[in-house]
Amino acid sequence: MNWLLEFFGKADNWSGPAGIPARLLEHLEFSVMALVLAVLIAIPLGLLIGHTGKGGIGVVVTANLARALPTLGLLVLFVLLLGTASILPVIIPLVLLAIPPILVNTFEGIRGVDPELRDAAYGMGLRSGQVLGRVLVPVALPLILLGLRLSAIQVVATTTIAAYTGLGGLGRFVIDGFSTQDYASVVGGSVLIVLFALVVQVLFTLVRRMTVSPGVSQRVKVR
Amino acid sequence: MITFDDVTKRYPDGTVAVDHLSLEAPTGEITVFVGPSGCGKTTSLRMINRMIDASEGRILLDGEPVQGIDPPTLRRGIGYVIQQAGLFPHRKIVDNIATVPYLLGWDRKKARDRAMELLERVGLDSAMGERYPFQLSGGQQQRVGVARALAADPPVLLMDEPFSAVDPIVRTSLQEELLRLQAELNKTIVFVTHDIDEAIKLGDRVAVLRVGGKLAQLADPKTLLSEPADDFVREFLGHDRGIRRLQFISTEGLRLRDDLTVPEGFEGPTDEPWLLVVTGDRRPVGWISRERPAELEPYGTFVLGRDSMRSALDAALLSPSGCAVAVDGDGKVVGAATREALDEALSEAADG
Repeated sequence: MNWLLEFFGKADNWSGPAGIPARLLEHLEFSVMALVLAVLIAIPLGLLIGHTGKGGIGVVVTANLARALPTLGLLVLFVLLLGTASILPVIIPLVLLAIPPILVNTFEGIRGVDPELRDAAYGMGLRSGQVLGRVLVPVALPLILLGLRLSAIQVVATTTIAAYTGLGGLGRFVIDGFSTQDYASVVGGSVLIVLFALVVQVLFTLVRRMTVSPGVSQRVKVR
Repeated sequence: MITFDDVTKRYPDGTVAVDHLSLEAPTGEITVFVGPSGCGKTTSLRMINRMIDASEGRILLDGEPVQGIDPPTLRRGIGYVIQQAGLFPHRKIVDNIATVPYLLGWDRKKARDRAMELLERVGLDSAMGERYPFQLSGGQQQRVGVARALAADPPVLLMDEPFSAVDPIVRTSLQEELLRLQAELNKTIVFVTHDIDEAIKLGDRVAVLRVGGKLAQLADPKTLLSEPADDFVREFLGHDRGIRRLQFISTEGLRLRDDLTVPEGFEGPTDEPWLLVVTGDRRPVGWISRERPAELEPYGTFVLGRDSMRSALDAALLSPSGCAVAVDGDGKVVGAATREALDEALSEAADG
C-alpha cells in the first residue's frame, strides 16, 4: 500500500515522457495497433473459411500451434532481426499473439450456425454475401466478440514486454523498477496494467450489449 | 404448374436419389410427395428452387426451365417452408416475415405492414410481431415460417416436412390452418412428408415415391386408398385403408330418422329399441333403451354434410345404440343415422 501511495503520489510520475499519462498512451498505442492489425487479418480470414468451409482444419491447427509460440522469444528474435529503430519488433509478436483467438472464434462461430438457418437463408433467396452479412455474422457475433476480447486482454497484458526493447508502455515501470530496485514503481506499474485490462473487459461487455441482438443473447426486457 | 420432365439426381459417388421422375404439380393444388426416408422426396422438392440441381432432365415452372433462372432470383419468387421453421434468431418476428419483401426492395413500411397482415392471417396475435423467435413456441414459429413464405405473395409454395417437429395436437391445427389458407389463396403447393395420413389429409394429389427415387403412384387420395398400384404402395398406406377411405365419402346423402328424438323426462311407452333424449333447444343428452328408460347412455355426433362417413361411423361406434347423431353446424340435432342407414351408405361406398 505504501508503495502504491508512493508511486501514485509522486508528482514526477504524472508528467513528462516517462510519466504515467505518456506511458499509458504508449501502451494504448501499441495494443490498439496490434489488435487492429490482427483484426484486419483474422476476421476476414475467419469469415471466409467459416462461410466456405474450405481450409478450416488447416487454419485451426496452425492457429493453435501459433498459440504455443513464446511471445518473449519472438520479441527477442525480431529485435535481433530488425533492430530497435522501429516499433515493428514489438508489434509483430503482439499481432501473432492476437490472431489465433480471433481467427478460431470467428471461424467456429460462423461454422457453428445451425445449418437449417443457412438453408432457410439461401431458400429465401439471399445471395451468398447476404447470407454471411445478414444472417451468419449477427448470429455468430457473441463468439466473434469473445475472440476479440480474449485477444485484447492478452495483448494489453503482453504489451508490457515492449519495455525490454527500450520502447515505452506501462511495462517500463515494472521492468525499469526491477532493475533499479524501485518496488513502488514495479507494483504501481502492475496495478496500472491490471486496471487497463479490466477497462478493456468492461468495454467489450458494453460493445456486446450494444451490438448483439436481444434475439441472439435471449435477453429481452419485457415479455 | 410445376413439371418434372424425366428428372434424375445422381451424386458423384453414384448414388441415385431421384430416378427419371416425371410428374406435374397442377396450379392451385396441393401435391404431396410422400415416401419412406431415402425415397428422394426432399431432393425432388429442393430441385424445384435449385437448392439442389438436377443431374438430368428438366423442371419447368409454368413452362420455363428453372435451370435457366439465377437461383436467388428464382427463390425469391417461391415460398419455402422447412421443418424447424429456420427463423432468423436475431430478427424480430415482423422482420423475419418481411425477409423476402426487403430483398425485393420493398419500402420498409410497406413490407412491415404486409408482415403484420400475414401474422394475423396465419392465426397469430399482432403483438407477436415485436418478439424474437426464441420467445415463441414451436407451433407458433412454424406459423411464422408459413407467413414468411407467403410474404411476397409467391404463386408457388414449397413445404419440406413443415409440421413434423411439432406435437400431434399442434400438427393437426397447423394442417387445418394450411387447408383454410389454401382455400383462400389457391397457391401451387408442393408438400413433402413421410406421414401418409398427412399426405392423404392435405393432398389434392399424392405422389408416393419408393426408395431409390422412383415414382410408385400418383393419384388423388381416394383413388390411392381404393386402388393402390402395387404391394409397396399398399404396404405404405397401412392396414386400415378401407376405413380411411371413408373420410372422402360425404354424409350428405345419409338417410336420417327424425322420429327418434324425445324430450327430457320422457317415460315411454315406445316400440323403438333406442331413443335419443334432447334438450329444449335440440341439443343431445343421451340415448335411452326400451328396457331401461331411466338410464342415459353415451352418444356420438357428426356434423351432417361437413363431416365424413368416417366420423359418422365413429359416432355410431361410440354409443351402445349403434346409431350416430347428426347435428348441424351449431350442434343441434337434425336426426339420427341408424345401423341400417349406415349400412346402406357403407355398401354404396364399397361399390365405389
